[in-house]
Amino acid sequence: MPTVVIPPLMRKFTGGEENITLPGATVREVIDNLESRYPGIKERLCEEDRLKPGIAIYINGLLTRGSFLERVDTDAEIHFLPAIGGGVAEPSH
Amino acid sequence: MAEKKEYKVIGTRPIRHDGVDKVTGRALYGADFQMTGLLHGRVLRSPHAHARIISIDTSRAEAYPGVKGVVTAQDLPEAEDRVADLGEGAVNLKYLCDNILASDKVLYKGHAVAAVAATSPHIAEEACTLIDVEYEVLPPVLEVRQAMEADAPLLHESLKTTSMGEAADEPSNVASHIQHKLGDPEKGFAEADIVVERDFVTGTVHQGYIEPHNATAHFNQDGQLTIWCSTQGAFTVREQVAEILQYPISKIKVVPMEIGGGFGGKISVYIKPVAALLAKKTGKPVKVLMNRADVFEGTGPTPASYVRVKMGATKDGKITAAEAYLAFEAGAYPGAPVGPGAMCIFAPYSIENVVIDGYDVVVNKPKTAPYRAPGAPNAAFGSESVVDEIAEKLDIDPLEIRLLNGAKEGDRRADGPIHPRIGCIETLETAKAHPHYTAPNGKKHHGRGVASGYWFNIGLESSVTINVNSDGTINLIEGSTDIGGTRSSIAMQAAEVLGIPAESVNPSVVDTNSVGYTAVTGGSRTTYATGYAAYEAAQDVKRKMSARAAKLWEVDEDNVQFADGEFSCINGKEEQISFRDLCARLGETGGPVVGSGTVNPGGAGGAYATHVVDVAVDEETGKVEILRYTAVQDAGKAIHPSYVEGQIQGGAVQGIGWALNEEYIYDDEGTMTNASFLDYRMPTCLDLPMIDAVIVEVPNPGHPYGVRGVGEVPIVPPMAAIANAIYDAIGVRMTELPMSPDRLLKAMGKI
Repeated sequence: MPTVVIPPLMRKFTGGEENITLPGATVREVIDNLESRYPGIKERLCEEDRLKPGIAIYINGLLTRGSFLERVDTDAEIHFLPAIGGGVAEPSH
Repeated sequence: MAEKKEYKVIGTRPIRHDGVDKVTGRALYGADFQMTGLLHGRVLRSPHAHARIISIDTSRAEAYPGVKGVVTAQDLPEAEDRVADLGEGAVNLKYLCDNILASDKVLYKGHAVAAVAATSPHIAEEACTLIDVEYEVLPPVLEVRQAMEADAPLLHESLKTTSMGEAADEPSNVASHIQHKLGDPEKGFAEADIVVERDFVTGTVHQGYIEPHNATAHFNQDGQLTIWCSTQGAFTVREQVAEILQYPISKIKVVPMEIGGGFGGKISVYIKPVAALLAKKTGKPVKVLMNRADVFEGTGPTPASYVRVKMGATKDGKITAAEAYLAFEAGAYPGAPVGPGAMCIFAPYSIENVVIDGYDVVVNKPKTAPYRAPGAPNAAFGSESVVDEIAEKLDIDPLEIRLLNGAKEGDRRADGPIHPRIGCIETLETAKAHPHYTAPNGKKHHGRGVASGYWFNIGLESSVTINVNSDGTINLIEGSTDIGGTRSSIAMQAAEVLGIPAESVNPSVVDTNSVGYTAVTGGSRTTYATGYAAYEAAQDVKRKMSARAAKLWEVDEDNVQFADGEFSCINGKEEQISFRDLCARLGETGGPVVGSGTVNPGGAGGAYATHVVDVAVDEETGKVEILRYTAVQDAGKAIHPSYVEGQIQGGAVQGIGWALNEEYIYDDEGTMTNASFLDYRMPTCLDLPMIDAVIVEVPNPGHPYGVRGVGEVPIVPPMAAIANAIYDAIGVRMTELPMSPDRLLKAMGKI
């Protein structure tokens, strides 16, 4: 199952747990399952059907486009990180 | 994915495709653009760093002979207080619009307030003096730590600190707080035999591109808006203008002219929407040009910052823990590059216990804009100085301690992701073996310093189309504006696939109606991502040309192979035809061949650099002279080594300027007192030795040829390398940039 690395500033949702393993074949499924286990966390990460501006997803170390449709492998490591501001690498589409 | 093979085109040094036009002065820049009936625009800027706009009366200016139109923020569609994702990044639209033309407050000296279109630039300038603006002047806040204080004047009454999606209750100048944490820093520091902690301050620095911003806009009778301009990304101009004017992107065409430097500073828009507003109001094409003072005062510099770094190590040099506090000035609106700074600060090292806190803070200065590896140089000045101090205190060679702790494939970065194949160790080993590092350096007040740096590089979208010509050449259509020779580095990747010389490719940078979406020339992405798109487009051409050869020989396509520019038949027939000869037979085999490639690659390989510098410090004047400079960098694969060397040298030189001379100097009211190149001191060739650029090649597995971006990382190490060299020369740790003569004299106790 994919592993989500919880950002330090959001670990209060997980009781301090850093790595959460949970099912999901897409980013959307992983986030929904995260929300089921830790209610309220999705609101911090998402607005409507997309990531909040200012938050980026890295899957296996690679910056993705932030799409909820992005597929994740069973052994994927997912990071939610502050998006790179300052005009250098924010997913735009 | 990266191929390890000998290349025919890649790695060679052909003359750049735009070279003749550039050296003969025939290349057309934005300021050269002319149209019948062209009007000239001029922007009125705020004389105050912080003030409320009470009223703007444009009537006297409108009545002035020759004036055809005046615009203010009232002419902009009402901006929503929402965040839009643009090519430039996520932007709050109200902030974006207010930075174009201030609506309720001016937030820095030079903030645009109104603009005039007139029949001559002189009339437009004169008319600006006739616009009456009544201000309520407010106290400015000009320094990041002051801006973070609880009783600091607020720039935005509604701005609240956000931390990973959660907003604070009270308004603040701190727009956001980010944090990365790895392991147990407290435990790591407890394991250390030595702990070094220092504060660092860096000044506000401009990219210093030679060509000022420019834009000419024209509305056709059918409502089609065309903008000719200098930009790092025609598509992001289109997106930003569309959002600011609330105008459909399908009705906007952006034509990128040649660009005289950008370094990140020509991604944000400033006068392009203003030119469009004036064009709409007057019904005429309008050209707006900035002068140098406009550029300094009205466009984004890179931020000043306060950085605190603490690192601990065992007696044998193993770094056990690291901590950083980064507070960056965003300027008038949120968006300082503190995120990249936090990502990069400890990336040259494998450290188990790390905590990094970053703060994005608004101050009464121009809204910051990207500048070569934005955020990373500020951060590295702190971390690389502290590493040097640890090495010195432990009596370990400064490159040796970096090798001992150097980041490798499989190590986890402080922000979480695991490094793929990287070349950190290789750049350190190359620097250590370089004759510069082993040369004697023992004269009084001479010193040697080293520092490393990291920049992650980015991918993003790129599109390329290739049209095959009947004479064996190809026309390569791309959307990446060419700042550093990328026409050639992109063309060479297509040429390599097709087995043709680089000179047989005619690359063209075209407008937003003429090529698929292409993100900005920035983030060191162009040779990587647009080169990747060119590779894919050339593969498409190869497939289609193979089909033509098959048709010619009446065999299945599977029976055609292509190598070294020759198609051959592998089913026993002795058929062979060169790419060039087959091009001449397209008409009889089915007509034109066009290939296309679109990419959005996620595998941009991070780049490392290690610099070695020798300095001499003049004890009398405090002047630092650069005696010798060697910059080692991992390029993955250098497509055109001359342009890689050029990027390395350019980045190092800009870093030297940042280290020794460059800064915005403000008076107490927030007026920049050195807004000209006479007073804002950039280094010239007279100040510098030849920069010895050394290319290391550790292929990036995320690119067919192993390319890593090269344009940004060379500006990361210079400040710390020079500070470390100064320490070696005079025994004083410099912790504030620039390390100008007066600061040196103060540090030496001379004044």
